[in-house]
Parts: sequence; structure tokens; C-alpha cells
Amino acid sequence: MKQFTRFFIAALACTAMLMSLFACGEAPKKADEKAEKNAAEKKEDAKKFKAGFVYVSPVGDAGYSYAHDMGRQAVQDLGWVETSFVESVAEGADSERVIRNMARKGFDVIFTTSFGYMDPTLKVAEEFPNVKFMHCSGFKKSANMDNYFGRMYQARYLTGLVAGAMTKSNIIGYVAAFPIPEVIRGINAFTLGVREANPKAEVRVVWTKTWYDPALEKDAAISLLDVGADIIAQHQDSPGPQEAAQERGVYSIGYNSDMASFAPKAHLTAAIWNWGSLYVETVKEVRDGTWKGDQAIWWGMDKGIVDLAPYGDMVPEDVRKMVDAKKAEIKSGKDIVFAGPIKNQKGEVAIPEGQSASDEQLLGMTWFVEGVVGTTE
Amino acid sequence: MLTGFKLRKRDEPWKWGALVIFLGALLISLLISAFLLEGQGKSAIDGLFILWDGSFGHVWALEGALLKAVPIFLCSLGVAISFRMQIWNIGAEGQFALGAIGATWMALSFPHLHWTLLMPLMFIMAFLLGGLWAGIPAALKLKLKVNEIISTLMLNYIAILLLDYLVFGIWKDPSSYGFPMTPKFSENARILGMFGSSVHWGVALCVAVGAAFWAFMRYTRLGYELKASGQGPRVAKYAGMPYGFLVMFVMCMSGGLAGWAGCVEVAGTTGRLEPSLMVGYGYTAIVVAWLARLEPLNIAFASFLLAALRVGVENLQLELQIPAAFGEIMEGMILLSVLAGQFFLTYKLERRKLSD
Repeated sequence: MKQFTRFFIAALACTAMLMSLFACGEAPKKADEKAEKNAAEKKEDAKKFKAGFVYVSPVGDAGYSYAHDMGRQAVQDLGWVETSFVESVAEGADSERVIRNMARKGFDVIFTTSFGYMDPTLKVAEEFPNVKFMHCSGFKKSANMDNYFGRMYQARYLTGLVAGAMTKSNIIGYVAAFPIPEVIRGINAFTLGVREANPKAEVRVVWTKTWYDPALEKDAAISLLDVGADIIAQHQDSPGPQEAAQERGVYSIGYNSDMASFAPKAHLTAAIWNWGSLYVETVKEVRDGTWKGDQAIWWGMDKGIVDLAPYGDMVPEDVRKMVDAKKAEIKSGKDIVFAGPIKNQKGEVAIPEGQSASDEQLLGMTWFVEGVVGTTE
Repeated sequence: MLTGFKLRKRDEPWKWGALVIFLGALLISLLISAFLLEGQGKSAIDGLFILWDGSFGHVWALEGALLKAVPIFLCSLGVAISFRMQIWNIGAEGQFALGAIGATWMALSFPHLHWTLLMPLMFIMAFLLGGLWAGIPAALKLKLKVNEIISTLMLNYIAILLLDYLVFGIWKDPSSYGFPMTPKFSENARILGMFGSSVHWGVALCVAVGAAFWAFMRYTRLGYELKASGQGPRVAKYAGMPYGFLVMFVMCMSGGLAGWAGCVEVAGTTGRLEPSLMVGYGYTAIVVAWLARLEPLNIAFASFLLAALRVGVENLQLELQIPAAFGEIMEGMILLSVLAGQFFLTYKLERRKLSD
């Protein structure tokens, strides 16, 4: 009996092995045929233009990568571009491999959308001089690599105006990811807006040290609500803080995309990305051969790359009018956000009257303006 | 369902059992994955081929997997040595961070030192800091009877915060516009590719360390004592073995190996210390160690296969536009089915006799 069992198991194992071998032998054959067919099709329509996107988080989060993916879809909708993306790619070594894989597969232009992809993008760009690279939010560039970003601080400033006009406790909470210039700049612009609408209000900052962690972001928002904040703003990629505000019956300001659907009763407005405008322009340039390398692209609201989400019903008419007037001014190309005099947290004048912060100052901003409660560490 | 069968404990070990179970579990997981792909409206045959192509189909794919396997292997070997002695070191992640910090410290302090001096210095410091970090829970366990599972886990968070503190603070590159990262290492502090390929010397280090680990466990008295003490402190003490010393020793070795993984990552792949270095290799290592049943050669295979799977899934994502979570689901299924399959190493199904 025992012998038979053994034989039976051995036979079963052999059959399984044989079947798997057969399956393995079969699969590549079929796939090869398919590949040949694909190649033939490709020859037919004279190589389709391909644009690749690398995201740091999942696209379904209504946050940062979601906003970039809306941009990708705008490119896809052009009809003559084939787009593809890889999401949740860790910065560092993993991203280099993903970017190189894209370059190897003949993508014409590759958008790498997170700061940590900067060095890997540059490295792969050197290896593939014929592929165009667009790196978001960094500062390095080369003959076939541009860096790009949007002046999100303009939209932040406008949301600050809304928050300043709507707060009653004069405490506004700001859930922020990392103390890097991009985030600090946003907090400063927001605070300048808040103080312009309401000089008595202050903005309290909590650092989460994460871009995407719904539970932690929500907890951070709750800690701000506990100290009396009645509006929650965020530089985070999940709608967690919005939900926290709605649960407490107070207001919130979203980021990345229109987050109204997550907290309809709380959501006043949001500072949103509209990457499509830049992405569509870029692929057209690459196709027409007018694309230039070695550029640092920093578009503002006048080009439509950043915007304000529609106001919630609770935002009164006079507030809308006031903010819309400022928005029109910015849209006409006047960058009024960091116009002096601006004081730092100690009350010293950091940007004197008659001057405005230079791009250099904005990109390296590591200090808070007056009205922010918190440290840049 | 199984009325015709009964479970029986095996009288003797199943010779090729581990292999059969592994292949069977892999087959089952791939089949389920194929169904999931079909469920999303993608062709399963294409999917499996693309996965294969991305993992093993090209030299560069293999190189990518090999490089990704290096930190997993070193961390995993580290935790395996402590698990052998039933000391539960969950802190490879933190020890990895400390190793990276140690290597960075040397690289930033002596950038002009010739690599023949700087490289050993980096590895020594990485081993020391990683080992010390693991020594803390060992001391707490011996002196105060603090459970090492808790203390090693907690020290992970402290280590990561320490790394953050350094790159956001005193080690921040002044020319980085305030972004958290150290300056790039000098060429002397970089681990280069072997024979002009993209596969760096960290792979050779893994082979050497793996062989040393195997020889140590098999041929030395200390190795024997470690295995014996795994049966419990009282057994070890009764046999006259220095249990306290052994605990300290395995933890420091374990931490030191994870520290080396951190050193190889900063010197071999990123070339600088940055927060994105921490992607959870220390936790992956624990799963790999169990999967490989604590055997060095198995650990090598398991690290490589897991790395290859992760690399292949990137290809799958790119070609078929499936969500990243699909890769995690696949990985989870493979791990779960292999571990669950271990059951059949100790038990077997036997047909009921008519008389039963």
C-alpha cells in the first residue's frame, strides 16, 4: 500500500512537471507568434509615437499621481500617441530600472514625476541620447532632459485667501509631507493668502514625513483639529485630512485634484494640478522636433497648469468675488504672491518692499513667513 | 470530500518534498494569477510571457534581478543566523539603515582616501554600527529579559528617524535646494560593476558571505553551539554552553550583515544616502528566510526569485497596464502557498483502507 502511494505521488508529480513543461513550451511559441504579428502591425502604421510615465504612488489615490495620470489621459486623447505608465515605483534603484526599461522599449518621451527620480533619470538620459526625458520637480537637466514643475504656490495663495476669509477660530491646520522647499513654499503662499484676508489668523503646521499614508494623514489632521483648527489644508496625496475635517463638521482645502467627492460638506476648494496642458504641448514639440533639452520649465497659472477647484456651496458670494479678482490678476501673468514686504517668523523683513522673491529664492526656500506656527525641521 | 483519505504523519522525511512543494505552489499561484489577469480583461498567456520576459528573458532583466536580490540576500542571511538560534531579530530594517549611515559617514569624512582603504573602512563601520544596533536588544534581553521581537522592531523606527535626521539636517547636500539627501559620494567610495557590466561587486560579496555562513554553521564548534542552543537556553546552559555570549554573537552578526546590505546599497546603487533608500528590504528578508527554511543556498535562490518576480511585475505593469497591487497580490499568493505547502512535508494524505 505504502509503495503504491509513493508511486502514485511520483506519477502525479511527473505529470504535473510534464504539463508545466508543455505549458512553458507552448506559451512562448504563442507569444512569439503574437509578437511577430505585433511587429507586422507596427510596421504598417509607421511606428506609433510613445510616451511613458513613471509614478511614485498608485494612480487611484485622487492625489499627486492621479493628477499626473489625468495629464497622461489628455495626451492619450490626442489619438496619435500611445501612452503607458508604471505606478508605485520606489525612488532610488528601482526607478532607474523602470525608466531604463521604458527607454529600451523605444518610448519617445518619458515623464518621471517624482523628485527622487532625478538622478536615475539623468543617468538613463545619458545612456539613451535619442530619448527625451522630462523630470518633474527637480533641478538637474541635460541635453536630452528637461525639468518641469508648476507654480502651485499661486493656487495655494488663492486657497489661503478662501481659508482666511472663512475661519472663525483663526486657527488653520496644515498637514504637510516633508520640510522641503516645494512644501514650505506652498505653506508660505497659503499663509500669505490667509493673512491678507484675515491678519489675525495663524497657520499651524504638522509634518507627517510621508507623501502618502491615509491613516497617518488623517491622524495628523485630527491632532490639528484638537488644538482648535476649524479649517484643514494639506500637502498630502490622500484625501484623509479632508475626511477628518468632514467628520468634525469643519471645513477643508484640498490638494492635487478636486477632492469634493470625498468630503462634500467640508471641501471649500482645492489647489489643483492640470498637467495635461504641459504634457500635450511637450509631446507635440517632441513630435515636431521643436523640443529643446536643457530647460527648466516652471509654468504658472497663466498657462493653466495649476488652478482652483470649483468652490463648495458654503463659500459666500463676496469671498468668491474677492478671490476671483486675485485669480484674474495672476492669470493675466502678474505674479503677486511673494511681493514684499514679507516678514519671516521672527518678524524680520525677508523680502523688502518693492521687491519680489526671485525664482532662485523660491526654489531654495527653507524659512517660514510670519503667521506660520511650526518649524521647518 | 476527503472521506477516502486520511492525514498521517510522515515516518521519514520526504526526499524531494521541498522542491515538489515549491514548484507546485508556484504553479498554483501562477494559475490563480492567470485567472486574475483574465478577470481584468487581459490575456493570461500574454501576461505570463511578459512576466517571464521581464524577469528572465534578457541579460539586463537578470542583471536587474540580481542587483535587487543583493540587499535582500544579505539581510535575510542575517536574520537566518539569529532564527537558527531561535532569537527573533525583526530589526534587519533598522540595522540596514545603520549600516548605510556608517558607510556614508566614512564616505563623507574621507572622500579622498584611496578606495583600497576607504572601502574596507566603510564596510567595517557599516558592520560595527549594524552590529551594535542589534546588540542593544541582545543586551536588553540578557540583562532585563526584554522580548527581542518588540525591541528590535521598535529600534527600526528609531533607526529610520535617525537616518531622516541626518539627511534632513547635518548631512544635507548644500547644493540640493533643501532636498533631503547627502552629497554624492566620491568615486573612491563607489562599488563598481564587475568586468564592465552593470552587476557590481556586491554580488561577489554575497557569494563569499553565503559560503562562509555555510562553512561556519557546518564545520565550527560555535556554529554547532548556535544550532544546539536553538533548542532552548536551558538545554544550552545544561550542556555548558555560554548562552549569553551566543545571543550577543548572533545578534551582532545578524545586524552586521544587514549593515553590509545597507553599505552595498549606498555605495553600489544610490551613491548617496537618501530617505528613499528604505524600501523594506529588512522585512522582505524575514519572509525570504522562512521561505528558504534558513538554508543559505535556499536563501540565495529565494532572494533571487523574489527579486526577479518584482522586476518582472514592473514589465507586466508597463506592457499590460495592470495596477501595481497585482504584483503584491501575486507575491503574497506565492509566499502563502509555499508556506502552507510545508504542511505536506510533515504530513501526507493516505488512502483509507477498507477496514478503517
